[in-house]
Amino acid sequence: MSAQDFGGFQAQPLDLQNQKNQRLFRILFLLMTVILILPVVIILMLLVSKGAPALSWAFFTENPVNGMTEGGIFPALVGTLWIVAVALIASVPLGVAAAIYLSEYASDNALTRAINLAIINLAGVPSIVHALFGVGAFVLFFGFGTSILAASLTLAVMTLPVVIVSTRESLQAVPQAFREACWSLGATRWQTIRKVVLPNSISGILTGVILEVSRTVGETAPIMFTGAAFFLPFLPQGVLDQTMAMSLHLFVVSTQVPNVPEELPFGVALVLIGMVLVLNSVSIAFRMYLRGQKKW
Amino acid sequence: MSDKVGGVVRHSVEDKIDAAWIWDRIARALVFVGGISAILFIIAIFIFVAQQGLGFALFELDAATFFTSPAWRPTSEPEPQFGALALIAGTASVTGFAMLVAVPFSLGAAIYIGEFATGRTREVLKVLVELLAAIPSVVWGFIGLTIMNPLIIDLFDVPVGLTILNAGLILGLMAAPIMTTIAEDALKAVPEGYREAAEAMGATRWQVIRQVVLPSAKNGLVAAILLGVGRGFGETMAVLMASGHSVNLPTSPFDSVRALTATIAAELGETARGSEHYQVLFSLGILLFLVTFVINLLADILVRKGKGRRA
Repeated sequence: MSAQDFGGFQAQPLDLQNQKNQRLFRILFLLMTVILILPVVIILMLLVSKGAPALSWAFFTENPVNGMTEGGIFPALVGTLWIVAVALIASVPLGVAAAIYLSEYASDNALTRAINLAIINLAGVPSIVHALFGVGAFVLFFGFGTSILAASLTLAVMTLPVVIVSTRESLQAVPQAFREACWSLGATRWQTIRKVVLPNSISGILTGVILEVSRTVGETAPIMFTGAAFFLPFLPQGVLDQTMAMSLHLFVVSTQVPNVPEELPFGVALVLIGMVLVLNSVSIAFRMYLRGQKKW
Repeated sequence: MSDKVGGVVRHSVEDKIDAAWIWDRIARALVFVGGISAILFIIAIFIFVAQQGLGFALFELDAATFFTSPAWRPTSEPEPQFGALALIAGTASVTGFAMLVAVPFSLGAAIYIGEFATGRTREVLKVLVELLAAIPSVVWGFIGLTIMNPLIIDLFDVPVGLTILNAGLILGLMAAPIMTTIAEDALKAVPEGYREAAEAMGATRWQVIRQVVLPSAKNGLVAAILLGVGRGFGETMAVLMASGHSVNLPTSPFDSVRALTATIAAELGETARGSEHYQVLFSLGILLFLVTFVINLLADILVRKGKGRRA
């Protein structure tokens, strides 16, 4: 290997070897990243190409018929909306309160550490264990039966960490000087939070809520035994009714029902993943827009 | 309350009780309840799962049989058998295979995104990883069932495609985003000064990464892997749909297995409340809860240790 001239310095063979290694590893890691991401693209293309033929106006507005081998997904769509709405009503206030406590009140002590550990664990406990909890607590102990309420509360507990973590982040992004300015005018802590901290972080909180909706839409195991029904061609009339749901419907038509035409489950999968990815993209785009808008 | 100091009435702010003060107290109490709710929920989860399954696990379940017998026949008459070895082996093999695939790729991706990529490329890659994490597990299961299954049968000329290989690959893709994100956080937490010092001595980017950044971020990287293991271990729908769901002590990646989580999901709906079968499923739930709790605790300790050492 010949020594090269780098602006007056003699590059030693060892340096050149290192340069080569550097390029090699850079390409290797890039390749690994691409291999990790490529499946998403391929999967999306497959779902679109195989699921698109099933989509039609009737697919969205009709009941499943003929042992779920024909017809649409209307009750499952409506059911998912119910479940998500009730779950949000339960988890958003609680999650935002928790985030306000952690960001604005909590000092770095044992209790705060315990709370943080609990949040990590809530997010880490297997979804089927959340399902068992939902059965034990909401279906049996509180006597809600298998209902939208029980399913939504189970999901609310499960997705609580999503709201807490994203809200805490957006609260902490509000500069400390804003709070100090407000305190120095004689405002209480709560006045400061309500008039200064929350208005300056509300859009960040919203992106977290969108993210939570997307998680809630896709979860299956926690609602299987707490409120979602395999087949129920009626719309729920209240929170104590059972309902169909998109995620469970995908499981049912792809594993439990015989003689389903191939494009039907692909259509259901396409609608489900479409909902999730659109919600996520909105959340991400909103976050980036906010970052661009920030004046501090 | 106020007191007169040299002719000036001075209000002591601390002692003033008015509407704002009362609202402040109420708000403080309410957000505190929100704050500790996470702890209450974790305790409640354990209590409610244990309430249905702990008694059975302690007094009626033979621990030796449970952990050593592969015979899972919860409905056989007259004597049901509750051996979970095959289920544990199923979960372990699928999670192990997933980690084999996901760990190198996730760490590689984290290094590329965190240390090599810049500007727009970096943003785009991060968004794509986030979207990968967003795909619901039932959709992954569906992909295993309808796309991977025929693919594996064709490629390897095997009779069944719903195997450790199938579920492991899918689980690997599912666990990869969380590992990539946490690992990248760990890399980012290494102070810029460390890199600059090494670069000032003429090190290339790769030398900096290998000899400075990686050793310094070691704890965080191990935590990332642990959280990935936890994710794979607890995954339910995808494993249920893609692993073949047959009770089996696996000997090759082309065997079908059944996982702990999938067993609960598949059988809970068919059991009578309070029956032995019902209770043993909750006992499995306790096992799952405890294992993930330990994994998360370890990861948290590691992350904390990594931060503490540097500060």
